Amino acid sequence: MTTVEEQTKIQEQFKRRMDEDELLNCMRCGFCLPSCPTYIESGFKESHSPRGRIALMKAVVDGVIEPDEDFERSLELCLGCRACEPVCPSGVRYGHLLEEARDIINQNKKHSLPARIVRKTVFHGLFPHQNRMRGAVGLLGFYQRSGLQAAARKVGFLGLLPDTLVTMEKVLPKVPTMKEMKHRPNHLPAIGQQVHRVAFFSGCLMDTMFLKTNDATTKLLQLAGCEIVVPPSQTCCGALHGHSGEKASAKELAKRNIAAFEDLQADFIITNAGGCGAFLIEYDHLLKDDPEWSERAKAFTDKIKDISEILVAVGFHEKVKLALPQQVIAYQDSCHLRNVMKTAAAPRILLQSIQDAVYKEMKDADRCCGSAGIYNIIESESSMVMLDYKMTQAKATQATTIVTTNPGCLLQMQLGIEKEGLSSKMRGVHIVDLLIEAVKHGERL
Amino acid sequence: MLANEVKEKLLEIVTAENFADSKTERLVYSYDATPNYQSLPDAVVSPRNTKEISEIVKICNEYKIPIVPRGSGTNLCAGTTPTSGGIVLLFKHMNNILELDEENLTITVQPGVITLDLINAVEEKGLFYPPDPSSMKISTIGGNINENSGGLRGLKYGVTRDYVIALEVVLPNGDIIRTGGKLAKDVAGYDLTRLMVGSEGTLGIITEATLKLIPMPEARKTMLVHYQNLDAAAKSVSKIIANKIIPATLEFLDQPTLKVVEDFARIGLPTDVEAVLLIEQDGPVEVAQRDIDKIAEICRQEQAVSVNIATSEAEADALRTARRAALSAVARLKPTTILEDATVPRSEIAKMVMAINEITKKYQLTICTFGHAGDGNLHPTCATDARNHEEMERVEQAFAEIFEKAIELGGTITGEHGVGEMKAPYLEWKLKKEGIAAMKAIKTALDPNNIMNPGKVFAKETRKRVVVAR
Repeated sequence: MTTVEEQTKIQEQFKRRMDEDELLNCMRCGFCLPSCPTYIESGFKESHSPRGRIALMKAVVDGVIEPDEDFERSLELCLGCRACEPVCPSGVRYGHLLEEARDIINQNKKHSLPARIVRKTVFHGLFPHQNRMRGAVGLLGFYQRSGLQAAARKVGFLGLLPDTLVTMEKVLPKVPTMKEMKHRPNHLPAIGQQVHRVAFFSGCLMDTMFLKTNDATTKLLQLAGCEIVVPPSQTCCGALHGHSGEKASAKELAKRNIAAFEDLQADFIITNAGGCGAFLIEYDHLLKDDPEWSERAKAFTDKIKDISEILVAVGFHEKVKLALPQQVIAYQDSCHLRNVMKTAAAPRILLQSIQDAVYKEMKDADRCCGSAGIYNIIESESSMVMLDYKMTQAKATQATTIVTTNPGCLLQMQLGIEKEGLSSKMRGVHIVDLLIEAVKHGERL
Repeated sequence: MLANEVKEKLLEIVTAENFADSKTERLVYSYDATPNYQSLPDAVVSPRNTKEISEIVKICNEYKIPIVPRGSGTNLCAGTTPTSGGIVLLFKHMNNILELDEENLTITVQPGVITLDLINAVEEKGLFYPPDPSSMKISTIGGNINENSGGLRGLKYGVTRDYVIALEVVLPNGDIIRTGGKLAKDVAGYDLTRLMVGSEGTLGIITEATLKLIPMPEARKTMLVHYQNLDAAAKSVSKIIANKIIPATLEFLDQPTLKVVEDFARIGLPTDVEAVLLIEQDGPVEVAQRDIDKIAEICRQEQAVSVNIATSEAEADALRTARRAALSAVARLKPTTILEDATVPRSEIAKMVMAINEITKKYQLTICTFGHAGDGNLHPTCATDARNHEEMERVEQAFAEIFEKAIELGGTITGEHGVGEMKAPYLEWKLKKEGIAAMKAIKTALDPNNIMNPGKVFAKETRKRVVVAR
């Protein structure tokens, strides 16, 4: 519930902080409508479309409407997938408007006590601290290995949790041990002739829960002729904060990362998670009003590149033999990799160059799977509708391997596979893990 | 706000989930794609069938409540902005393709079907529905029929009007009528089908339509031609037609457009040329090739600087990039984009473009012109800022002069966007007092209470002419 005083404060800040030029840039042509998952799934409700949401934000700025519950709901239900941006003739940066609006609402609204505790723990207590991330993921490891998981499943304790979380619990990867998480390399040489010196953004979740994927990434980079530096002072990218109305924290994290990657003499900063990459590549926008940081941010963002892009750029797929046992592969775009980092062709080029595997383009591969950060947990119902559609398309490809480029998307696809009872026939995998598999299989041929 | 009594009655017809009157829901149906028009409706109603629409209309007629039928809200003439309040009628439940008749070559659809979905369904059967407005990915067929939308293929294949052969319409008194049929010939009485097409929701509500289809042309050839002067481009257009060739596409971009497109898309367009023509021909392979070769020869004779014929679909697509990017490029110059569609006989195109350029200079504005050279339908597009009131005045004056010039050259104020509320003040310039009176007589006879999309087509006041007409 938002009180009248809160609404007044929100409205006043909308007037002060929302980018009026950007709001006016929307010419309401409606070209975004067919690209918007919530517009489609809501049965074509304009209030759940980008054009509608921009009109609503502008109406709050203009004082035509108050930021009431309906208004908030419209913004909450947005996935933030930004599929509306590439199709916008005027180039409206909808994502920036959404981020600012959510920040204003969040900073001026008193959340319920449980929500406050969760937010404080996640945004301030956990993600910005790599040691605590290791601790939390370590606990999960303890849960998985100690027999607690088996016990919890047996006793039916999980029945107390919402369905999505129950299924989610099943699909979480086997997490690495504390020891493995603690001893991470800071420097790796190129294998063969060196073509680039790159820095690797290891990510908070990627370097704990998805450690194996990070190892695969650095291995591929080495094979591609890259010397790798991994600055230990780097931290969480801040995407989760930025998308959830915690902009101030996001800025602090951004500054720490910019400082960590400066002076490394790296040609590029490589990421392997579309969600993180897209947030990193917009640090220049995040810090645009900070005179001390704006230029440093620009230098940082200019170097951000997804792993698939650099592999294609150096011709990795032509140099290294990639092969897999016969199987059909389909690819699910990471929305932020595609719509913000503009990387759509490179992952497909890599997958199509794997010998003996058949690549099939999935219908609407560019439509959000419903993962969207923590959307699948807080807007579970809407997220599952998106996922159901996605699984229908995935099944239609007859693929046995569904490839993603972002941890959130990967978990969501695995969740979908589990929900559909397909875990014996279909698997979800991060592209770098599949590529390492293909390298190893290729070596054996 | 609607009287409680009315709201109750509407709720009874459509049920609560298809009725909305919260501030948020009203706000998001307060606009269409026309800059500077916004007005909140009193309620938004989504009927599920023709019978419900008829019942809604009867209530609105009784209580004199305006009804604005709305598809996807992509029109550019404020045709679906509820400027008199009332209810906005949505067709999201009435979006089915009812029948594809391969024997009679027709398709029967509900108004809420998205134009591109219809086109795809038809093409799957090797058939062709030619009208292709730029918004076809979003627009509904109901919206296309009400606005009589055009597109890139107008010259050879005509516009929406040429394909609508039967309609089901709810009249303002609630009567349900059927016009036309799956018939190539039908002279039974007044042609109400044609009257309804392009009536912008002012005469009734279209609830079903049968459209004519044609066989899909076998092949398509694409070419791009550069000109050092505008006249040469215009002469080429006339000469192509004079040589008895009707191209499927004959699109034009002027120099200001080329400059902004190149700035935006960096596709290597020469910005020193004065004009570009994108020409396509379809038909049996040999015929399309023969026509394209002949067109190339004509263009060279008319001093084209370069003639580039695509040899593959990928190349063809590259040649289309500039035309496709035109709107995006202009739209990114400034926050407000005003897209007009003054239209002249094709023989007058060069004169019209030159006049637009002079008017642009006179009022110190940024107006880029591109559009459908083959059918004389131009899109002078102005990049401006709605917050700059002084400049907006100049924009209005400039467009008034452009309309005036178009009429002087035997043209019209709108070729395919419709009159709506935006161009209503100019309609009398084109139709004269007597023409308006005749149209008003039709409107009053069918809709005596003026509930159907009031304020559209007919202006409260005609704009004073900028120059005395000859």
